Amino acid sequence: MSAELALIGPILAAMLAAATPLLFAALGELVVEKSGVLNLGVEGMMLVGAVCGFAVAVQTGSSTLGFVAGAAAGAGMAALFGVLTLFLLANQVATGLALTLFGVGLSALIGQGFVGIPIADVPELYIPGLTDLPVIGKALFGQDALVYLALAAVPAVHWFLYATRKGLILRAVGENHAAAHALGYKVIRIRFLAVLFGGAMSGMGGAFLSLDYTPMWAEGISSGRGWIALALVVFATWKPGRVLLGAWLFGGVTIAQLHVQGLGIDIPSQLLSMLPYLATVIVLVVISRDVARIRLNAPASLGKVFHPDA
Amino acid sequence: MTLLRLEPRGEASRAMVYATPLLAVALTLVSGFLLFWAMGFDPVKALHAFFIAPLMSLRGLGELAVKATPLVLCAIGLAIGFRANVWNIGAEGQLTLGAITGGGLALAFYGEGGWWLLPLMIVAGMAGGALWGAIPAFLRVRFNASEILTSLMLNYVALHLLNYLMHGPYRDPDGFAFPESRLFEADSVLPLLVAGTRVHLGSLFALLAVGLGWFLMARTFIGFQIKVIGLTPTAAGYAGFNQKKIIWLTLLLSGALAGLAGLGEVAGPIGQMNPTISPGYGYTAIIVAFLGRLHPVGILLAGFLMALSFIGGEAAQIALGLPKAITGVFQGMLLFFLLATDVLIRYRVRFGAKRAVVGRAVA
Repeated sequence: MSAELALIGPILAAMLAAATPLLFAALGELVVEKSGVLNLGVEGMMLVGAVCGFAVAVQTGSSTLGFVAGAAAGAGMAALFGVLTLFLLANQVATGLALTLFGVGLSALIGQGFVGIPIADVPELYIPGLTDLPVIGKALFGQDALVYLALAAVPAVHWFLYATRKGLILRAVGENHAAAHALGYKVIRIRFLAVLFGGAMSGMGGAFLSLDYTPMWAEGISSGRGWIALALVVFATWKPGRVLLGAWLFGGVTIAQLHVQGLGIDIPSQLLSMLPYLATVIVLVVISRDVARIRLNAPASLGKVFHPDA
Repeated sequence: MTLLRLEPRGEASRAMVYATPLLAVALTLVSGFLLFWAMGFDPVKALHAFFIAPLMSLRGLGELAVKATPLVLCAIGLAIGFRANVWNIGAEGQLTLGAITGGGLALAFYGEGGWWLLPLMIVAGMAGGALWGAIPAFLRVRFNASEILTSLMLNYVALHLLNYLMHGPYRDPDGFAFPESRLFEADSVLPLLVAGTRVHLGSLFALLAVGLGWFLMARTFIGFQIKVIGLTPTAAGYAGFNQKKIIWLTLLLSGALAGLAGLGEVAGPIGQMNPTISPGYGYTAIIVAFLGRLHPVGILLAGFLMALSFIGGEAAQIALGLPKAITGVFQGMLLFFLLATDVLIRYRVRFGAKRAVVGRAVA
């Protein structure tokens, strides 16, 4: 019994860590979609954030600078998307796909010289007493700072969207851009800022992967997490609190996949690797089948092109 | 407002529809020049090695056709879906499934095949791809789940399935635990078309797909329905067009074509099963579809151009030591420039402040 109990702590800790990159990326994308923009380039932004964060951390020796660089790189990629879709009125679906394809290539190019380079681990939190608690101490009070930052971002995003005037305006732009424009709100500027925020969050998620979770750089390191984050936003029906739930669920699935074999269940590892992706499909199906709920919660102008003269 | 602004055109410019892909290619080349220069390579030499040297031999031209084949096959199907706003981005997985089902037959009947094996493999490859496309179709039609996300997730599932098979049932029993299958026998390999190259029967299928794709879109009622649904879903609804049927049709069709592409790879240039069948053909096909203006003939041309980016990347890697990842950067840049310049189709760029609009046409 005590052996199984001893496992709970590390599993819980690993689950929280696995949920963190998803949490960053999905919260960012949630704000973007709330402003009425669908950015399918999350995967690309995560990858570029991951490689830039890693490169800067290796060069400077500072993982903090690495995270900042990851966020900046993600925002830079997002700016590209913003210029194309908001100023040049390009199709958001196509541009998002382009951003991902470009990000895959660009990150591989930048990451050339960084494959296989080791990096110092990010220091973990240590609170005397609390971290030493049996079973849950390490999981709850002994994680890296980024894990807590991601967790703090959940109420912060919720507060911004639902308790501030700026958040109200952002949601108004996402629901009906023509009306918001008529009221004098700068639709394009607001959306561009939202897109930048989404990019920075994706970049942070990516940097967390390469600096902290893995920690190393490998091509395609995000392995579809950007797409899972997109699915999480739908799963959460555009509510920040439910993003947290979804991220933990996927963190759990990711970790379960690693521990199933440890428990003596004989399933080939390649088949277990399918689990997060299959879980995403199942979760999407379960949420999407309720058409009325999706229609009620999805921002009404999501994915629509806005031109003030049109 | 500002010095530079966009003014809607009365109607889409036909000239720009054809001009923007060329403009995008030109801008990509200019950016490539700057990129090579920034990376410390001689840009003229690098661009030559990338885009011209590979075309200077029969073998190089053959490789171009070999690489264009899966791109065109996948892109024809994707484009038909995109026209109907069905965003299948699962061509990579559908291609993989086609290779798994079709190539699996070659291994299952190893040593006991006949003339019938190859046709059977082709059918199985198409069926495998169509099956993989049917999943997002079913989930979209029955449960309203976004086909973008489900088809993309299935790419990863297919890849892991292939990986599993290559480490298990498909592995060569005499292969020292390498994740590769036996080499296919002569009766399960697509015949070559041009001596001295690797151009195989699949290229003919790709040309056939271009012709049939054009016929479907330009000359049939189904094609008309697809276009109407894509342009104005509400009008299609009033006209009584069955959108669910079109979702099924486009996903099954694009799945089958991608499956054929996958089978063509394993029964063509690869000649066996291995865990890396495609260098991302299914994803690049998305770019091919857009660059070709979602039109079959345009796709054929775009397919060759993107094939060049693959073999150019390999050639430049060998000749100058350029990193192979450049290929992906070029492909992404090209699509960006295309999407950016496409604004010129429906808008004019105007300089100076806005004048009073006199007698503007009612849109």
